[in-house]
Amino acid sequence: MASEAIRLDGVEKSFGAVRALAGVDLTVAAGECLGLVGHNGAGKSTLMHVLSGNLTPSAGTLAIAGKPYDRQWTAAAAQAEGVRCVFQELSLCPNLTVAENVRIVHRPLKGLGWKGRARALIRQKLDEIFPNHGISPDDEIADLAIGQRQMAEIARAFTVTDGKLRLVILDEPTSSLDAVSAQQLLAYVKRETARGAAVILISHLLGEILSTADRIVVMKDGKTVADRKASGFTRNSLVAAMGSEAREHKRGAARMAGAEVMVSAQPRSGGTAALEARKGEIVGLTGLAGHGQTRMLLQIYEHRQASMKGALAFIAGDRQSDGVFNLWSIGRNITTRSLAALRKGGLIDLAAEARLAGEWKQRMAIRTPDVNNNILTLSGGNQQKALFARALASDAAIILMDDPMRGVDIGTKQEVYAMIRAEAEKGRTFVWYTTEIEELTHCDRAYVFRDGAIAASLGVDELTEEKMLQASFAEHTA
Amino acid sequence: MNRRFLRQALPFLTLAVVLAATFYVQPRTMSYFGLNLMLQYAVPIALATIAQMFVITVNDLDLSIGPFVGLVSCIGATLLFDNPALGVLALLAMIAAYGAVGALIHIRNLPSIVVTLGLSFVWLGIAVLILPSPGGKSPEWLKAIMNVHVPYAPFPIIAAIVIGVVVHLALMLSSYGVIARGAGGNPKALSRAGWSMLKTKVIMYMLAGFFGVLAGLALLGLTTSGDAHVADRYTLYSIAGVILGGGEFIGGRVSPLGAVVGALTLALAGSFLIFLKISPDWQIGAQGAILIIVLALRALVSYGEQKR
Repeated sequence: MASEAIRLDGVEKSFGAVRALAGVDLTVAAGECLGLVGHNGAGKSTLMHVLSGNLTPSAGTLAIAGKPYDRQWTAAAAQAEGVRCVFQELSLCPNLTVAENVRIVHRPLKGLGWKGRARALIRQKLDEIFPNHGISPDDEIADLAIGQRQMAEIARAFTVTDGKLRLVILDEPTSSLDAVSAQQLLAYVKRETARGAAVILISHLLGEILSTADRIVVMKDGKTVADRKASGFTRNSLVAAMGSEAREHKRGAARMAGAEVMVSAQPRSGGTAALEARKGEIVGLTGLAGHGQTRMLLQIYEHRQASMKGALAFIAGDRQSDGVFNLWSIGRNITTRSLAALRKGGLIDLAAEARLAGEWKQRMAIRTPDVNNNILTLSGGNQQKALFARALASDAAIILMDDPMRGVDIGTKQEVYAMIRAEAEKGRTFVWYTTEIEELTHCDRAYVFRDGAIAASLGVDELTEEKMLQASFAEHTA
Repeated sequence: MNRRFLRQALPFLTLAVVLAATFYVQPRTMSYFGLNLMLQYAVPIALATIAQMFVITVNDLDLSIGPFVGLVSCIGATLLFDNPALGVLALLAMIAAYGAVGALIHIRNLPSIVVTLGLSFVWLGIAVLILPSPGGKSPEWLKAIMNVHVPYAPFPIIAAIVIGVVVHLALMLSSYGVIARGAGGNPKALSRAGWSMLKTKVIMYMLAGFFGVLAGLALLGLTTSGDAHVADRYTLYSIAGVILGGGEFIGGRVSPLGAVVGALTLALAGSFLIFLKISPDWQIGAQGAILIIVLALRALVSYGEQKR
């Protein structure tokens, strides 16, 4: 085996109570293309941020070219050691030109004539990777199409001024590229690794990984669970390695088959398959994060190409930005969705409002001595309960949930799951986007989203992690 | 038609229109002396606008630049006149204070509007303590610089061009200027590339302080005596100048040449309104109207750009 480019030993990283990395050992050899796969939250992104110096691990060591790196591993140190990263959300400055963005990652590009050198550098690399790219080094990033931006950023990661290129990490690099450019990139990765640089390729297109990577590492729950030569994997064995052992299902048979259809909507972002939710049904939206599930919920909420019977309520997942009113009391936060029903002679009936808030504090078991306290006096989980109370206390027949259990502790989750079941029994309809596969066991049916479209519809007996992963990681037939 | 070019040309077109209108209303201004008289106060405004622009580059806003310029004029008329060494030291300390404010805003993640609004009262308070009523004397060399006679073109125009070109070279063409503007465009990308956002912000705030000091001194050279309230309107002038010049509040999109031209336009608009015999009470409103018209035009251009 060739000499190693970079090695991680026992790297751990926690965010509060969440353990994103639980002791990862990873070696990347020079001249190797390593495929990295795993489900949402498996720890891939955290690992990348550690490798690129943007996160400091809580424990563990890092070695460059076989020598332990004993100073602080920072983003600047990573740059200096030739470790580059193309992040999923682009890291270009939209107000600068392509050449100016090259300057940002290359300190030696300064002094007289730096712009000319930057232009030549990026033009040459773009021509090499993506012939016929149609990008001028003097184009402002904001003027480029999303695919061209991704090309520019990828090409920038492979440019070299001083020092050598040791490792390039590509996170979903083909997500905005058309099929031809994607093939050009994968071919280039092979040429670049042949020249001695290492590449880590992260992609949800397993075909890409299987055809390009020399070795594949599978991550799950913050650990690497499989590490083998790419030829040792097939599509199915890869999916099996990502998933967990089959879970028991305590769900009853699908009821509701003949019940009234409350919501029907077809994703505007793609596909022909439509979503349907019946009275009293809990419908899950799943698939990899960011493949159109939230957009689907918003589309329903905004009544665009969607029809529904009954009022809607929306439970946001991102509490801080879309959920709570920071300056209001717990009670006000709960009743704000029901103010229309609490009116008396054009004014709010304060007694009724207090009653409603008090009742839902009891029913949701919100842990507070007084609902008139500020909402921020609650823990995150209890704030989320208040948001559930806001939706459930309202007259809404259909409740849309946008991954509402983010960062909620397990005890609270169990209470809320029971509440959702009870409300569904009473005839309410839930459309539930979740990133946690276990939560699908609470659903009657689920739709798997991929690239903005519904890729599969799973019935109650098909709600397994394996089925869901199979549908999420579609074969890319380029 | 290239809309980006159109947008960049808009500040210059605005200036040309206002200039033409002034010449039409009062043809006698079309002379060396007339331009000199009309534009002399454009120099400190242009310097204050450049100061504001550095802060806007990193997505902040400085609401204290006006009182800061007033404070500089007070220090210049007292300390700098009586004891030049001590005066220079005091002015350097003020630039350092600006850097410290930038560091505070970045480290504590505070809204710059609130911090600088509070600071504006601090600057004003110090200025009033130094010089309770207008007075003091400008150092002779300052008066000499501000009243220098250049052949062929009036001094304010030459000064504006020099200021614009120097800052343009530094911010738009130099390799470090790219980092500064990138800090406004995508701070995350910048720190991912290993640049210190703290350092960048401190440098930009200190540059703002430096140009604020220059503005105060230039103003003192013209007025020849210090006054704590002399530049109270500069806060709004400087923001308006940056925006008139094609800058945007967020995203690191600024134009030094445009900002200087914006400052000239504002100074000229004041004279133009006087020639129209509009009372000073209405002037600020009329200047606001000019600003709104130009911004509406720009929004129109940008709208077409998006639709394309």
